Amino acid sequence: MALLLDLLSFAMLLGGVFLGISGAVGVIRFPDFYTRIHAAGVTDTLSAGLILGGLMLQAGLTLVTLKLAFILMFLWITSPVASHALARAAMHSGWHPRLSD
Amino acid sequence: MRYFLILFLLLCAFWLLLSGYWDNDLLLAFGAASSLLVAWIGSRLIGADPPRSYPVSIVRITAYSWWLLVEIVKANIDVVKRIWLPKEHPISPCMARLPLSQVSGVAKAAYAQSITLTPGTVAIEVTDDDVEVHALTKEGLDALREGEMDRRVTSVEKGHR
Repeated sequence: MALLLDLLSFAMLLGGVFLGISGAVGVIRFPDFYTRIHAAGVTDTLSAGLILGGLMLQAGLTLVTLKLAFILMFLWITSPVASHALARAAMHSGWHPRLSD
Repeated sequence: MRYFLILFLLLCAFWLLLSGYWDNDLLLAFGAASSLLVAWIGSRLIGADPPRSYPVSIVRITAYSWWLLVEIVKANIDVVKRIWLPKEHPISPCMARLPLSQVSGVAKAAYAQSITLTPGTVAIEVTDDDVEVHALTKEGLDALREGEMDRRVTSVEKGHR
């Protein structure tokens, strides 16, 4: 059982790291500011979720797990606010996105 | 006063959670004092215009959260494919103003938050009756335009009334 939890937690941590790297690659690869926000969104949501989830499995049923859950909750509430504020500020400063058509 | 009490109790609970000290009188007193101070400042800030409280249906919110989580996972997979395999999965950035059907400000904010939290779509501007969305792909925008997320947020809101 402990081995199973460890394997699951390793898989989640690895998945989270892969998604984090994907987000970074996407930020470099995508053409303009607005599309790059979408790539950064991958790091904000599932990458952070998988890494914190993997850490929760390592911590077990302790106060640490509860704290990690709160970190995840606050992260998922605040990061879209930051993305929205950035995109809105860019739009208001007259920086128009490159659209495909 | 009601707002002050609720805030104070929530802050105490949060302090206990973060510190983990249950049996040190001095530290507990410090925690209670700081909660009291913050609750006082907070209730002065909100003072003249206390927020309306909504009866919350935990069941509906939980159901919506699970649905949103699945959507987030699907959207993540889609965006990651477009990052690593740009030839097979090209991006097609686009923007549109989509109507929103929520009534209360909280529900509108929740809908815009859900849009932004899902990778591939970002809410740029929210007005009283529509939301301006930038999407990484045409498919993503069309999926949003079908309005399932909008309907689900609105049904959570209707459960409140």
